[in-house]
Amino acid sequence: MKTVLSGNEAIARAAYEAGVTVAVAYPGTPSTEILMNCGRYDAIRSQWSVNEKVALEVAGGAAIGGARTLCAMKHVGLNVAADPLFTLSYTGVNAGLVIVTADDPNMWSSQNEQDNRHYARAAKLPMLEPSSPAEAHAFVKAAFEISEKYDTPVLLRVTTRICHAEGVVETAERADVPLRDYERDFAKRVMLPVNARKRHPMVEERKIALRRLGKTSPLNRIEKGSEEIGFVAGGVAYEFAKEAFPEASFLKYGFTHPLNLDLAKKFRRMVKKLYVVEDGDPVLENTLKAAGIAVDKGKDRTGLLGELSVDRVRKAFGKRVKAGLKTETAVPARPPALCAGCSHRGIFTALKLEDATVFGDIGCYTLAALPPISTMDTCICMGASISASIGMVKARKGEKRKMACAIGDSTFFHSGVTGLIDAVHNDAPFVTVILDNRITAMTGHQNNPNTGKNLMGESTYRVDLVRLAKACGVKHVDTVDAWNIAEMRETLQKHWEYDKPSVVVVRKDCVEWAKIRETPYRVDTDLCVGCRSCVKIGCPAVIFDKAAKKSSIDPVLCVGCSLCSQMCNFNAIYRVDKEEEHAKIAEAERRKRAERKAKAQKAAAKKAAGGKGGRK
Amino acid sequence: MSGKTTNVLVVGVGGQGIILAGEILSMVALNAGFDVKKSEVHGMAQRGGSVNSQIRFGETVHSPTIPQGETDILLAFEKLEALRWLPLCNRNTVAIVNDQKIHSLTTATGLQDYPEGVSGELATHFKNLHLLPAAEIARELGNIRVVNVILLGVMAGRMDFPREAWTDALKKRLPPKLVELNLEAFRRGYERA
Repeated sequence: MKTVLSGNEAIARAAYEAGVTVAVAYPGTPSTEILMNCGRYDAIRSQWSVNEKVALEVAGGAAIGGARTLCAMKHVGLNVAADPLFTLSYTGVNAGLVIVTADDPNMWSSQNEQDNRHYARAAKLPMLEPSSPAEAHAFVKAAFEISEKYDTPVLLRVTTRICHAEGVVETAERADVPLRDYERDFAKRVMLPVNARKRHPMVEERKIALRRLGKTSPLNRIEKGSEEIGFVAGGVAYEFAKEAFPEASFLKYGFTHPLNLDLAKKFRRMVKKLYVVEDGDPVLENTLKAAGIAVDKGKDRTGLLGELSVDRVRKAFGKRVKAGLKTETAVPARPPALCAGCSHRGIFTALKLEDATVFGDIGCYTLAALPPISTMDTCICMGASISASIGMVKARKGEKRKMACAIGDSTFFHSGVTGLIDAVHNDAPFVTVILDNRITAMTGHQNNPNTGKNLMGESTYRVDLVRLAKACGVKHVDTVDAWNIAEMRETLQKHWEYDKPSVVVVRKDCVEWAKIRETPYRVDTDLCVGCRSCVKIGCPAVIFDKAAKKSSIDPVLCVGCSLCSQMCNFNAIYRVDKEEEHAKIAEAERRKRAERKAKAQKAAAKKAAGGKGGRK
Repeated sequence: MSGKTTNVLVVGVGGQGIILAGEILSMVALNAGFDVKKSEVHGMAQRGGSVNSQIRFGETVHSPTIPQGETDILLAFEKLEALRWLPLCNRNTVAIVNDQKIHSLTTATGLQDYPEGVSGELATHFKNLHLLPAAEIARELGNIRVVNVILLGVMAGRMDFPREAWTDALKKRLPPKLVELNLEAFRRGYERA
């Protein structure tokens, strides 16, 4: 059946059709929807693991255990999973194991732009690179065949423009793939030096065999066109080049490691000029050059940064780009923002008011680093908020500083808890703020060990963050309400005084996930003095009218967290159902202001009458 | 519409239902026998920010993204977003724009100004501009969330696919209890086209 699927949906569908029974991942853009879609098939036991290393070890165990297994992660996730990756290359699999690495050229939602094709070379593993959702579907199935025939994990490298692109995919029925036998194999699976030394030559031999396979594999192909220009391309870059230069010849590599160079040598003889197009680093280009194959143009023209496009390929290789329309107007940015009512807004506001140094981490709350909250000094990688804080307090020992780090619950389980144990072990005095919203929100609300439910929707034990922190040896652990700035500040003030590692758990379910909708708030424009305290928390529901110098609240967006009213020093913001109470408060406020004004006028009058009173 | 690839650019603000509008169009194009490609960006880039969906269909479509100046139809759910995406459009692009102003965090907090006269400027760029108050129509229908389907209706009225192809796709894609409301929203848009 023909259907339109995203690359991620196509990968999940292909896994289903290939008879996969175990699928594992940790969520990460642009890979997340792969496992979300695997979870829709009853035949696949799908799970979110706490991090990518655990996920790949689960996957490796499942493959050794005889089940066809899929493991998915974003590019930086493979850094975390690199340890099992390199050794699984030695042990091989039993049933097929396909590892999807979803790279993010242009860093649409990532902290770096690494090219994970380097991992295939470093771990000596085969890598396939589809160029579209349809190919992603086909390549997953091919990857399982290669994995089992050559007894190796197979890497499938996709990029954002494949994962989140959609295309027409021809789906099929699920193949019946029985569970393979499991037999103990000491020499193959116990990687003691004595065994690993015997496995390494097999890895090298496998690489030679795989390179040979590339010559006849349908994953690689030559498309004959004009003799003037020939493009060597892999991944979605092929599609960009094909649209930019439909008349050219193409050597399309789908099987990009180990690279079969006989094809490239043949192609070189077919064309006058040979250009290489690839997203990321010059991996194909350098492999060709190292084999003595002349490349006329490549990264010197397309550049190393961002993602390619039809226009970039046109420009790089001498074609004109159409002129688009232009505006002289300064179009204001529309950056992503924390949602109205977000449980992260209050704690970062409190930390800002406390003038703390805050090391941050990866999640929605990284947005608190942006204006107007601007309260985060670092964001490096998953879990680094805690460990980097240890380094910070060690480096600046004895300095008076309100040192804190902020980390989400999912990120804490991923790789924060190890840092916290380290902080206790090395007695590093700072406050770890754990943002307990019960869900992995940034990637679209995936369950985690703090949810009480797993990917399959089954009820599971909900890990208790407070007890966990205490079990790690943290003496001072407090829990605060994410919608109460005063309480959070008070608690933080207490914690600044501890000369020990301490933990503050900030509690409130993610408003979008839990669909929290409390009674909204309203601005009494009569009382509003236009001081902008309420807009400093960066809530999308609070709007400031510059001309009128008044704030207002969008009643549709407001979820009633009350943070803006907590920020207001003039009693001008009230809950819409508290009109009567507010009327009294407003009356008192008006009276107070009138008295203050009268007093000021009186003083002014006195001053005017008294002549020279003050200093000039 | 055969031979050449048709490029549709749907833009707006996160949460406006841009993704759904794109999905319906790609279903309709697929059912008409076209090759279809579509591109979106999720994750960090999406949270309340500027969102776009690029849909391309034709005999064979390669790139999932639209090259500069090649948009045939621009469907903008918010007028400032139409301005933001001008580089992908040309003078002859059919521009269907919701005449609605939605603040960004930077304009809401007064860090930047929401420009004046956006609608007027759009008229100077496009020979074929259809500006409509989709939010008002949606409010009349009692649900602000149907802005996307009203705009989809306008676009459908400007394209060659049969009307039933669109309504069938809507019926297939939407939960049953929302079908009636959305078909009415679609009709309102379609008849304004």
